[in-house]
Amino acid sequence: MSNDIKSATLEYTTRLGDDSIVLGHRISEWVSRGPFLEEDIAYANVALDYVGRARMFFGYAAELASDGRTEDDFAYMRDDRQYRNLLLMEMPRGDFAYSQVRQLFVDVYYSLVLPELMDSKDDTLAAIAAKAIKETRYHLRRSRDWVLRLGDGTEESHQRAQKAVDSLWGYTHEMFEMDETESVLADNDIGVDTTKLRDEWLRQVSSILTEATLEVPEDGWAVRGGRIGYHTENLGHLLTEMQFVHRSYPGCQW
Amino acid sequence: MSYEKQVSLQEQQFMDKINAEEKIEPKDWMPEKYRKNLIRQISQHAHSEVIGMQPEGNFLTRAPSLRRKAILLSKIQDEAGHGLYLYSAAETLGTTREEMIEALQSGKAKYASIFNYPALTWGDMGAIGWLVDGAAIVNQVSLQRTSYGPYSRGMIRICKEESFHQRQGYDIMLSLVNGTPEQKAMAQDSLNRFYWPALMMFGPHDSESAHSAKSMEWKIKRETNDDLRQKFIDQTASQIEFLGLEHPDKDLKWNEERGHYDSGEIDWEEFYNVIAGNGHCNRQRLEHHIQAHEEGAWVREALAAYNAKKQAKKTKAA
Repeated sequence: MSNDIKSATLEYTTRLGDDSIVLGHRISEWVSRGPFLEEDIAYANVALDYVGRARMFFGYAAELASDGRTEDDFAYMRDDRQYRNLLLMEMPRGDFAYSQVRQLFVDVYYSLVLPELMDSKDDTLAAIAAKAIKETRYHLRRSRDWVLRLGDGTEESHQRAQKAVDSLWGYTHEMFEMDETESVLADNDIGVDTTKLRDEWLRQVSSILTEATLEVPEDGWAVRGGRIGYHTENLGHLLTEMQFVHRSYPGCQW
Repeated sequence: MSYEKQVSLQEQQFMDKINAEEKIEPKDWMPEKYRKNLIRQISQHAHSEVIGMQPEGNFLTRAPSLRRKAILLSKIQDEAGHGLYLYSAAETLGTTREEMIEALQSGKAKYASIFNYPALTWGDMGAIGWLVDGAAIVNQVSLQRTSYGPYSRGMIRICKEESFHQRQGYDIMLSLVNGTPEQKAMAQDSLNRFYWPALMMFGPHDSESAHSAKSMEWKIKRETNDDLRQKFIDQTASQIEFLGLEHPDKDLKWNEERGHYDSGEIDWEEFYNVIAGNGHCNRQRLEHHIQAHEEGAWVREALAAYNAKKQAKKTKAA
């Protein structure tokens, strides 16, 4: 691996790890707060999948960096300006509709990204993707079912679901935009060219929203910046909580 | 045969089964009090699993390493699962989950008092796993032989997972005592705060226990509160020693003759005070549960409405 490709792969792997840990953390906030016990289990389960992915990505990032950093250094010792997750992942927990709509957007996205990543020339990334796709298929079944139920449930659930779709839509465009780092990796068959996936994502998401009697928003409004560390104000608070114990006792083993 | 005679015959057959160590199954005849007693105990156990998610959930978002975060998530997920089995086991006795939740939220049903103590530091995640789950296992191992079939089978399954929970708690403590002085102090502080409440988990002394005698006769309970507590005291003493921590019970002393540790007296005033609802977190835990339940009401309504619509469409098509 050339040095350029190696450092691009490190950056890319870190981004994927950031997406996973930030979303996993958000989902874990639901534990003990679900609408019924089965949902507490499901949330814990999905959160665990994402924390597991974060460990695999950060573990690989640490290996690529080979500068003595560990998976925990990636998660706990970087500030929000250094985090590179998509903004969608850091948006607050919100109500149940908000979390499920976000999850649907993310699940459809990963159900398209991961099969491509499985073909990566980078064996480690391909292996992580192969494990993760199985989880994502299950996650998608759940988020799709919930969006259908909420959209086509009661007047209140419909309104809440539509509000969530409208509030989150502007954060979905960023998922399909690439910078130089990601383009180079896509050209080298290491990373995924997400720009090609937007149409299929839109087709699938639109179809589910329509079946759920929800409206697909117009595309006018879009916010971006996660991949360059230009975050919403939410991430700082998330990291404050997540990193507090780790940083309060520097250099400890847990 | 007169009604009374029939009942006493059924009661005789029921007791014969119990005495022969056969399990009572949902469709078998059972005395009304046996049924009520079991519903009380199993639902209390289910509620404990569910409320227990709160103190640990409180540290899920602050776990100091990704590995610990993953393990804690997995543990809490198990607990929610245990809550589900246990609610289902109680439902075989003719109650519903809604009724049990209503009883929890109105304060009529109890849950383990230990969860009314606050989880303040990461060390508490260690102490809860090690001592609280540890005390729970001592009780649950004994309950694997309980006379009611669904409860007994639930306990066998739950015990397997609980022993993983206890090990992960003890493992957290091990990491802390082998770490920096601050970490070791954190471990000691957690042990000090959770040791006595863990002993209280076994309930009042046998002489004071309201439900014990009948539960023993019906083999719902297989060992007395004091015997189970003694087991826990004995096993924990050597674990504390191995960790190199100071034992919180200054009166603890090995009694050669009994083959057990003698220990100091539990602060029963505190015990009854917390049971009466005056602990640190009693109100907080219930309010949290009620709030989540109320916030989820529209979701449950949406689910019911959606299913009704689907059903109506199916009926129309048929």
